[in-house]
Order: sequence, then C-alpha cells, then structure tokens
Amino acid sequence: MIPTQFEYVAAKSLDEALSLLGKHKDDAKLLAGGHSLIPAMKLRLAQPQVLIDISRIKDLSYIREEKGQVRIGSMTTHYQIESSDLLRRICPLLPETATHLGDVQVRNKGTIGGSLAHSDPAADWPAAVLALDAEIVVAGPKGERAIKADKFFVDLLTTALEQGEILREVRFNTPQGTVGQSYVKVRHPASGFAVVGVAVNLSVNGGKCQSAGVGITGVAPKAYRASGVEKALQGNALDAKTLSVAAAHASDGVDANTDLFASGEYRRHLAEVYTRRALGTAVSRAK
Amino acid sequence: MAENYVGKRVKRTEDPRLIQGLAHYVDDIKLPDTLHAVFLRSIYAHARIKSVDTSAAAKVPGVVAVYTGKDVSAKIGPVPCAGALPDLKTPDHRVLATNKVYFVGHPIAVVVAENRYAAKDAADLIQVDYEELPVALDEEKATQPGSPVIHEQFGTNVAYKLTAGEGDIEAALKSADKVIKQRILNQRLAPIAMEPRGVLVRYYPGEQELTMWTSTQIPHLARTQIALMLGFPENKFRLIAPEVGGGFGSKLNVYAEEALLGWIAMQLNRPVKWIESRRENIQATIHGRGQTGYLEIGYKKDGTITGLRYNVFADLGSYFQLLTPAIPTLTGLMLSGCYKIPAIQINVTGVFTNKMATDAYRGAGRPEATYVVERALDLVAADMGKDPVEVRRKNFPAPSEFPFKTATGLFYDSGNYEGALKKALDISGYHKLRDEQAKARKEGRLIGIGVSTYVEICALGPSQAMPAGGWESATVRIEPTGKVTVLTGASPHGQGQETSFAQLAADQLGVHINDVTVIHGDTSIVQYGIGTFGSRATAVGGTAVWYAIEKLKEKANKIAHHLLEAGEGKVTFKDGKFSVEAPKVKAASVPEPVLPAAGMAPGASLPDPEPHGKHVSLQDVALAAHLAKSLPQDMEPGLSATYFFEPKNFTFPFGTHIAVVEIDRETGEIHFQRYVAVDDCGKVINPMLVDGQVQGGIVQALGQALFEEVVYDDQGQLVSGTLMDYAVPRASNIPWMELDRTETPTDVNPMGVKGVGEAGTIGATPAIVAAVVDALSPLGVRHLDMPIKPETVWRIIGKNKTGAA
Ligand SMILES: Cc1cc2nc3c(=O)[nH]c(=O)nc-3n(C[C@H](O)[C@H](O)[C@H](O)COP(=O)(O)OP(=O)(O)OC[C@H]3O[C@@H](n4cnc5c(N)ncnc54)[C@H](O)[C@@H]3O)c2cc1C
Repeated sequence: MIPTQFEYVAAKSLDEALSLLGKHKDDAKLLAGGHSLIPAMKLRLAQPQVLIDISRIKDLSYIREEKGQVRIGSMTTHYQIESSDLLRRICPLLPETATHLGDVQVRNKGTIGGSLAHSDPAADWPAAVLALDAEIVVAGPKGERAIKADKFFVDLLTTALEQGEILREVRFNTPQGTVGQSYVKVRHPASGFAVVGVAVNLSVNGGKCQSAGVGITGVAPKAYRASGVEKALQGNALDAKTLSVAAAHASDGVDANTDLFASGEYRRHLAEVYTRRALGTAVSRAK
Repeated sequence: MAENYVGKRVKRTEDPRLIQGLAHYVDDIKLPDTLHAVFLRSIYAHARIKSVDTSAAAKVPGVVAVYTGKDVSAKIGPVPCAGALPDLKTPDHRVLATNKVYFVGHPIAVVVAENRYAAKDAADLIQVDYEELPVALDEEKATQPGSPVIHEQFGTNVAYKLTAGEGDIEAALKSADKVIKQRILNQRLAPIAMEPRGVLVRYYPGEQELTMWTSTQIPHLARTQIALMLGFPENKFRLIAPEVGGGFGSKLNVYAEEALLGWIAMQLNRPVKWIESRRENIQATIHGRGQTGYLEIGYKKDGTITGLRYNVFADLGSYFQLLTPAIPTLTGLMLSGCYKIPAIQINVTGVFTNKMATDAYRGAGRPEATYVVERALDLVAADMGKDPVEVRRKNFPAPSEFPFKTATGLFYDSGNYEGALKKALDISGYHKLRDEQAKARKEGRLIGIGVSTYVEICALGPSQAMPAGGWESATVRIEPTGKVTVLTGASPHGQGQETSFAQLAADQLGVHINDVTVIHGDTSIVQYGIGTFGSRATAVGGTAVWYAIEKLKEKANKIAHHLLEAGEGKVTFKDGKFSVEAPKVKAASVPEPVLPAAGMAPGASLPDPEPHGKHVSLQDVALAAHLAKSLPQDMEPGLSATYFFEPKNFTFPFGTHIAVVEIDRETGEIHFQRYVAVDDCGKVINPMLVDGQVQGGIVQALGQALFEEVVYDDQGQLVSGTLMDYAVPRASNIPWMELDRTETPTDVNPMGVKGVGEAGTIGATPAIVAAVVDALSPLGVRHLDMPIKPETVWRIIGKNKTGAA
C-alpha cells in the first residue's frame, strides 16, 4: 500500500469530527473501517490530505431498540450486526445480509455507516436499508437531518450527504406482526460483491401481503427500491403466481450495469429470478 | 530400507513457520540503509516513446536516482530466452523500454528512493510523451496482412512456425470414416502466486560480492543468467530464493526487474528492494495458455482414432521471457493423450501480440494438449452417440504395450490407464450416475457428467530435451553430531519437499525425521541445481538425494567395517546401525563419542539395540569420519556425498477425473455435485502432499474452466487487471474432492516416483468442461469455450426454451 502522504487524526467525539471536517473541508476524508477508502488510497484513486478517523468514537457504535424503532450507530461493524442477538430476534434481515458481506476481516473492520456513505453500486447494506424503509440520520454543522433511504442513494458512489456532514445513525421502525425477511445474493466471482442482491422485508396478515419492502443492489449504478415489485405484492395473497408476477418488475426502469461477468440483460434476468427466490424465502419464513 | 516415513502422511515440517507468520519471504528481509525501487510502466499497449522527462521526479525529497531505458540499455544485456527453435525471430528484450512500448505494464523507468512512498510519488511525476500506435492483439488476426506489426524489423508478427508429429496425417484422416473439426480456445490466464515477485540486492564493493534475494523457482539458473546480463562473475554472485509464496511457473523465469536491481545496487553501493504490487503482477508477470487452435480428428465406425491434426496460433505476447516460444511445443508433444493415435500433426504459429509474454503456467503446454485431445474424444463419442468412457477404452494402449511410443515421438514409461479409469468409475458409481442423469433429464433437470483420462509428461527431464540441463543435484552430509543435512538443487516453494526429502533420508539412514534438515535455494550453500518446475523436484531431485545417500552409505559402511574390525565379515546397515554378520571377530574398539549423540526427539521409534552381536551407529561412524583418528587407509575424512542425477527419460503420470455438475435452468449457474479424481503418480512418498498437489491443481483447473481470463480490450488495455475483476476460485466455489490413487511405478528412477505437481491442472479442466457440455447436450451442445460463464449457459438454455424442458 503506497498512498500519497496524509495526516491522520483520531476524533474523540462527533463534535470534534465535525469541527475537523469543517476545518479541512475537501482536503479531508472520514475514515471508518477503511475497507473501501484504503483500497482506493492504495491505488491512489483517493488522495486525501487528512484522514479523520471516526471509527474510535464510542458513541457511534451501538445497536438498540427504543420506542418501536431500531437504531444502529454508523460505526457499528458488519460483524457486530451479524452477531447481534437483538437483531436476530427482531430484524434477522440485517444479520443475514452481513453474512453475505465480504470475508471475516472485512466484517470485523467495515462499518454500516461507511458502506452506506460510500454507496458502492454492488454493496449489500443499501439493499437492506431500502427494504426496511430506513432513515439515515446525518449530523452537520447546522445540526441533524434524517434522510429516507430511497432519497439517500443518489447515483454511482454518490449520496445525499453534503460537505461537512457525517452519517451518524441508521434507524427504522421495528418490524411488527408476522414478518418475513430474506437477503439473497449472487456473488461476483472476482470481487465477491453483489452481481445481484435482493433484500426483502414483508409483513403478512392472513396470508396476504400487508406491506412489502424490496431493495435491490448490484443491478444499477445505485441500489434502489423495487417499487414495482412492492406494488404487485401489496394486498395480494402471497402465492407462487403473485411472487413471479411481482418479481417480473425487479428491474423496471433501471439502467442495468454490464461488466466482464454479466451483461445488463443477464443482470436484469438474475434480478427477476433472485427477487422471486428472495420473496419465496421471505414468505416461507413469515410465521 | 525401513519404511518408517515413506508412504506416510507425515505433516509438513514447513507449516509451523508458514502458518505462524514466521517465514521469511523477500519482503521480510530487512537490511539497513535499503533503498526502494518503483517502476513507471506503460499505460499504452503500443506506442512510440518520444521523450521521457524525469526532472520533476528527481527533485522529490528522498529520491536517490531515476533511470530510463537510455541510461541502462547499453549496460545490461537482454532478458534471456532459452527456447531455441529453428528460424525463431527473437526480439531484443531490454530491461527498460527505450524507443517503443509493447504492452500495458512495459517498464519505462525506475525510481530509487529512501522509501517506497517517495519513489511512488516521484514515479507519478515522470512525464512520458507517447505517440500511440495501432495494436495487434488477437493471435490469429495479428498474422493477417494489414495487421499492425509490433517488431518492425521482422516485418511480421509471426515469430515462428513449426510442424511436428509422425505418421501420414493426410492419409490417416482420409482413411477415417468421419473427421470432426472444432475450433478450440485456451484462454490467457494469470498465474497469481499468492506472493508477488520481489527482489532485494546488496553489493559489497570491497569484497565485490553481489547478493540477491529474489522470489524464484530457479535460483541457480537465474544466477547464471543474471550474471551474464550484468557481466558480473557468477562465482561472486550469491542468489537466494528465500521462502517463495508460490510460483506456478511464473517464477520459472528471469525478469528485467531482477537484473536491473542488481545493476542499481552496484551503481549506488546500497541495498535496493522492489516488491511487486498485485497490479504489476497481473500486468507484467508472465501469463499462461493463450492458444487458439483448429482440431481435426478422424475415426473409424468402431471408434478407433485414425489421426489428429491441430493447427494452433499461440499468443506469445510482445517479448520472450525464458521459455515463451517453447511452451506450445509441449502442447505438440502431448497431443496423443493416453491413446493410440497412429498419425498426429501439430502446426504451431507463434505470434507476437501487444500483451505481456506468455510462458510456463502450471502444466505449461500440457493442459492445452490434454484439453484438445479430451475434447476431441468427447466430440467423437457425442458424434457416435457412445459413452465417452467407451471411446476412451477403445483407444487405450494396454499395460503390456509399455514403453509405449506415440506419434509425437515420446516413449511413455509405464501406464495402466484402464486401472485408473476403472477405479474412478467405481468410486463415482458411474453407471448409477448415468441412470440418475437419465431420470433427472426426464424431469427437465440439467445434470452433466464429464470424464477426462489424461497422461502428462513429468520429471523434466533428460538434459537432451531441456534448454539448460534436465538433471538435479543433491549433497547429503552427516554432521559430526550425527545430524543429517540434505542440500537439494531443486528449489521447492510450497510443494513440501523439505518434508518428503526428509522422509526419504530418514528412512534410508534409519534416523528420526527431526534429525534431517533439507536446505535449498541458496547458491552459496547448495551445489548447482536446476530448480522446481515441470513436476520434477521429487522424481529428479528426490532421486538425486536417493543416490547421494546410497553413495554416502557405501563410505559409511567402509568406515563401520574398519571400526568394527570386521575383517572378512560382512557389515550390513539396518535401522541406523552397522552390524557385522559374522560374530567371530574380536571386540570392536569403538571410539567414545566426544560430542553428544544425535538427539532423538521424544517418541522416536527406533528399534532397541540388537541384543547381541557388534554394531556401530551411524552417529558413531559420522563422528569417527570427522575425528579422522581411525579411518581405513587412504580414506578421505568427512561424511558427505554429492550426486547429480540425469534421468534417462521423462515420466508419464496419468489418471481419470470425473466431474458431476447440475446447471440451474433458470440462471445458467453451474453447481458441482461430485468430483472424483484418481491419479497415478507412481510411488507415493507422502500421500498428504500428493493430495494437496492434486487439490490445488484441480482448483486452478476449475479457475480456467469456469472463471479466469486475462482480458485486454480492443485498445490493449488490461481490463482484468485487479483481483476485483480477475476471478480466481474461492473456497466456496470448490467442490468436495474424492481423491484416490493407483500406483504404477516408473523404471526411470529407482524410487519409482513420477511427479504430481501439475496433474490437477492437466486432468481436471477437460472433465469440468465436459460435465457442463454433457449437461447441455440434450440442447444439442457439443462444445463450449472456456471460461464457461453462467450467462453463456443461460443464453444457450434461452435459445432452446422449446427443447428438452
Ligand atoms: C476484500 C473486500 C471485500 C468486500 N466485500 C464486500 C461485499 O461483499 N459487500 C459489501 O457490501 N461490501 C464489501 N466490501 C466493502 C466493505 O463492506 C466496506 O467496509 C464498506 O463498503 C465501507 O465501510 P468502511 O467502514 O470500511 O468505510 P471506509 O472505507 O472507512 O469509508 C468509505 C467512505 O465513506 C466515507 N465515510 C465513512 N464513514 C462515514 C460517515 N459516518 N459519514 C460520512 N462519510 C463516511 C469515507 O470518507 C469514505 O469515503 C468489501 C471490502 C473489501 C476490502
């Protein structure tokens, strides 16, 4: 790893990080788990002059449920989510997603906040937070704001985060009633990132779909909510027919990515098949 | 000889240091005052260099020197190529480009600085003014008129043409009832050793001593070649291959960076280190395979093969590395596979392209050949509507037909192809599998069974057939304390010979394995040797150890005879002890050991001393040999022996691999159900090491069959240039492997060992491809090109929606 020269500062609090960010502006980059940023620096694709390490800020690492909401601090690692008993109980989608993410080393260091802020088009977390209809809470010089997940991902590697802002928390309503969730993923044979990743969060009542959240990653320049799929499920009996009709909308209106492994056309096809399979698994778990 | 160790699953003595991170690779060796080198490499596949401006780079704090092609080209000889072929056009390959660059990654300049950071910063500031030139990339198109020519002086991109084989091929194909033709691709692969290349050089001007640590498979050959490139005396040049983290052929080479670093160290009188990045590794370390060929195979109605012709374009890349042009000739040699084919012809066209050179990658020309022959047999079977196993059987030579002469001019030493096949069929339950497949097909499932019966050429090889000697050397010493030191000229780098040679020595000398140390890789310690490649280290290097020990035992026996005052009595050696058979001599005056005897590790399992009769231990003899107070008259003191073993032939291991896959009809994804491999590598010294070699080989074969491909775009940009794009198989992609063996010894060496380092990559690729093709055969598929990606399969299924479903 031969990056360009940089200074390193470990922030002790969110306020300190915000003020450092205000001071260094574009010259600085926040450092979370470093598992997206450091590879980019090693190839000199990113050349920050100052690294502000926020991964040691204790207040940014937590998983808790309060007043019907799940709150996850942005510096919570993939592994902490994977191994959280609380989440396994009330929102197994997140631990399941984490198991698909990278390898043990990556999961030990990488953070959910870093992943969401980076917004890699093939990252796993974006699909899950979209399916959960989560809010992304960001702190900035002017205070805090909450951004709906489907407004947060703007484009390839681009989010609604503004200069000087720090992603502080991910929060969403605790899934209620009979819930069925699942995350399925076709791993890219080289990178291990998602060729297609589908996250499903269903709530079921009397065999019918009460609400559906479906987030898809890997297919398009940014992860997206498959609203066509969700609509086709809403209020309907969750039988095989409904699922396949719904899955057919998996890539409605998106511009699919092409790489050495899979063309856009094939990705769309995989999106449909794996959406159907993810829905099937989620339905089978809704008990 | 007692077999306490040979044949047993002895754990690798290398592993504790490797898995604890205690081993020393090049980058772990730190010398005070070391400078660090970073290379500036071409960003174009083909361009004229109009100018190189290094002035800004030279000013970066910490930079000590910047060199370009102009500075060094006249001072360092060309990068060597040992492949001598008739009418070969060999480009002048200098360590840095001067006038033109020929591939993305071609080194143009080197920055030397106090640390890697400064060196890299400075390299980023070098200004190269390029004039882009049109590129020649495809090995077939590059031979056609109108193609850009890479080396203007040749006026063509054809480096050589070669025809080989015996028998009247025209007549053979004419006499066939049917001739099948198929275009066959063997895509370019990157070897991806876990440790990239790395070089550290130190020069002591007072002693005029040059020491180079480099990650290589061939320390001695590299030393000779680099000494010649530098015009430096070989006997003052020490080259050390420390721990080497895999090579797979990519380090069976001599690279520009090695010689250049040697030269720089002598210019600056300071140690210099260069560690290759993974990007550089994929750009500028040799690639393998890269062949596009046209197969014709003729057969009779009963399935007998009459002849095989293969016209192949070999993608050589833009320059030659050590063996570049020679690799396709190995393909030609192995085109008979394990079949009786009366007439074979190969026509090779070696072609320059604007890419990195191809060279030896695990299997080196043989996987290509095996793939061609095995695909050919499958095509014949499919065409006849026969089971691929039957067509193979029809054309096997019987065990009694060995040594078996092929129409490619080889003599296969020994073989029992039916034996390995039958065992693999039994283990897999082949006939039951076929029944299950038939049933599954009726349900619309796509299940495929692929069989490959392969033979390979190993133990490279007789010196007549090799560019730089095909022998191997060993020195075995018993130290005064009785400890055994084995110096092998082979340079193992992950294969485990530190363990297997110790097993061998321990059994032959009747000592505990912990009392044997195997040393390799240092040209100042180890006598000249050839190296580890071509599945030769055990068959040739191990045999050298075997003979050295026999020689040593002869001397030890004479000393023992003297010590035991055995007179007319015969002294025999067993379990580490020399004893007199005739008990009539007077009591022996064995000298009291003044040094501690060999420390026996706890649990050592040597038998109790013989209750009666007189004996001396090997340790006693060793001590006596070194004290030299009581030796037979005129005997040299010391107890060591050196042997250079020259094999009289190659060896030809073989086996059968069977892959079973199921294809996801909806997505085209390929899932393994079974993988069975029965390999015959002759006598086995350590079954665990053999299993490891086979497993690793199968994994790399699987990579070629399903995942890996070095891809250059139409501008010659390397688009598979990182491990985010170049897909090596991961643990989760690998099937459970059911491994077994048959054991057909060779008479090429006294131990009967054949070699196994490359068997997996040779035998497995065609089995996996055949399984996928077989799964899709109800849709009319007869052949698919590698790597077979799910999307390709999905498209085939899509086109056939109305087919079998
Ligand atoms: C080998 C490997 C395999 C991987 N496989 C996968 C995979 O399968 N799936 C997957 O989803 N990911 C994968 N990743 C990426 C991994 O999940 C990263 O950890 C994650 O994308 C980034 O999180 P991080 O904490 O490491 O962030 P960093 O790398 O530290 O930061 C990423 C970017 O976000 C910014 N940033 C970080 N935190 C904040 C914040 N709180 N507010 C604002 N901006 C912030 C940083 O400045 C930087 O630009 C892999 C990574 C590696 C190295």
